[in-house]
Amino acid sequence: MRSNPPARDGNDGTWGAWRAVFQRDLRIALRRRADTGSALVFFVIVVSLFPLGVGPQFELLRRMGPGVVWVAALLASMLALGRLFADDHADGTLEQLLLSPTPLPLLVLAKTAAHWLASGLLLVLVSPLLALQFDLGGAAGGVLFLSLLLGTPLLSLIGTIGAALTVGLRGAGVLLSLLVLPLCAPVLIFGAGAVEAAQAGLGVAAHFSLLGAMLLVALFLAPLAAAAALRIAVE
Amino acid sequence: MSGGLELRDLGCVRGRRSLFRGLDLRLEPGQLLRVTGANGSGKTSLLRMLCGLLAPAQGEVLWHGRSVRRDREAFLQQLVYLGHAAALKDDLSALENLQVAVRLGGRTADAAALRQALADAGLRGREHLPARVLSQGQRRRAALARLPLGGARLWVLDEPFNALDTAATGWLLGLIEGQLRGGGLVVLTSHQPVALGDGVPQVDLAL
Repeated sequence: MRSNPPARDGNDGTWGAWRAVFQRDLRIALRRRADTGSALVFFVIVVSLFPLGVGPQFELLRRMGPGVVWVAALLASMLALGRLFADDHADGTLEQLLLSPTPLPLLVLAKTAAHWLASGLLLVLVSPLLALQFDLGGAAGGVLFLSLLLGTPLLSLIGTIGAALTVGLRGAGVLLSLLVLPLCAPVLIFGAGAVEAAQAGLGVAAHFSLLGAMLLVALFLAPLAAAAALRIAVE
Repeated sequence: MSGGLELRDLGCVRGRRSLFRGLDLRLEPGQLLRVTGANGSGKTSLLRMLCGLLAPAQGEVLWHGRSVRRDREAFLQQLVYLGHAAALKDDLSALENLQVAVRLGGRTADAAALRQALADAGLRGREHLPARVLSQGQRRRAALARLPLGGARLWVLDEPFNALDTAATGWLLGLIEGQLRGGGLVVLTSHQPVALGDGVPQVDLAL
């Protein structure tokens, strides 16, 4: 009656759990396209409203373009983040994550990675198209694309800490934004700054180096901080 | 060095209320611990403390003589915990949920073993339905189907008989008895007596 217990081996177990969480979250994102797509639609609409409101003043649009796209990307990623742990908390799977022998920060990283793939990456992919509305073609558009490619994972990682801190709270969405948006200011400054530097014909290496450095620090620290916050949240 | 689970001077405080304190207990392999008590007496808190989800206000929980909060990884490899919620993702099928649960426990199981576990749980033919459309009892069954797959030594089950019909209750009793006879430990909360076969040691703890 009792099937023989499957074997457990260290590295495979850790890697298997990581992949299980990553694939599970991606699969859920695919099955709930309405939720997943709402952040993308929000991003597209907000960015498109500015050229409509300002009118065809190319000089002005070119100058505000990078900032507008970046702010919209920031807000759109906040929109999707509120649910990162809230659903897991509600249906009890969060406790199972905490009780996995795999270190919790690794599992948090798997969730963040899946979240970025399902939301942040889509924003990055449509950004060159949206940038055309601000007359940001060519080099400036390319720099915008690259800055978002480096910056949106950073936003997801910082947002993960906020999502973990607010899990289980009522009105978590507003609190999440209040917590996370100030922390995202440096990302916004260097991300939009890179595009402005490219427009001015200056080098962008310094901006990208800083974004890359911030991403590496966040990759290491954000999962640890979020894991600690989750442990407190479920007590 | 104890081979089982040991509670030492355990105390729980929720808010400003002290739910229990000075709890000493030792559970040997092959024993079942049934925790009873009125609503709000701290049964779930005790179970969450056993798993290390909740920090005890005083005292400690030991597994094989070592604190579960300090020696976390070794302990968690031996543990399956099922709380009030069934821990199922509504958008995933019963089979996908089971697969994730097994892999999260650091184990692997092939598709045939997973299907067999679901069939034993009475969910044959419903493996691919999203958990959203399952009834309350079927969700419980899908959640409990992971128990025999892990090979875990310690099962901690919060109200496992809730929402189960007679057939499923019998199935679960069989699983628990198999676990105990195999030298495992089971801790559960239940308002009903657990009708196991003769000779299965059972410890009752009233909070």
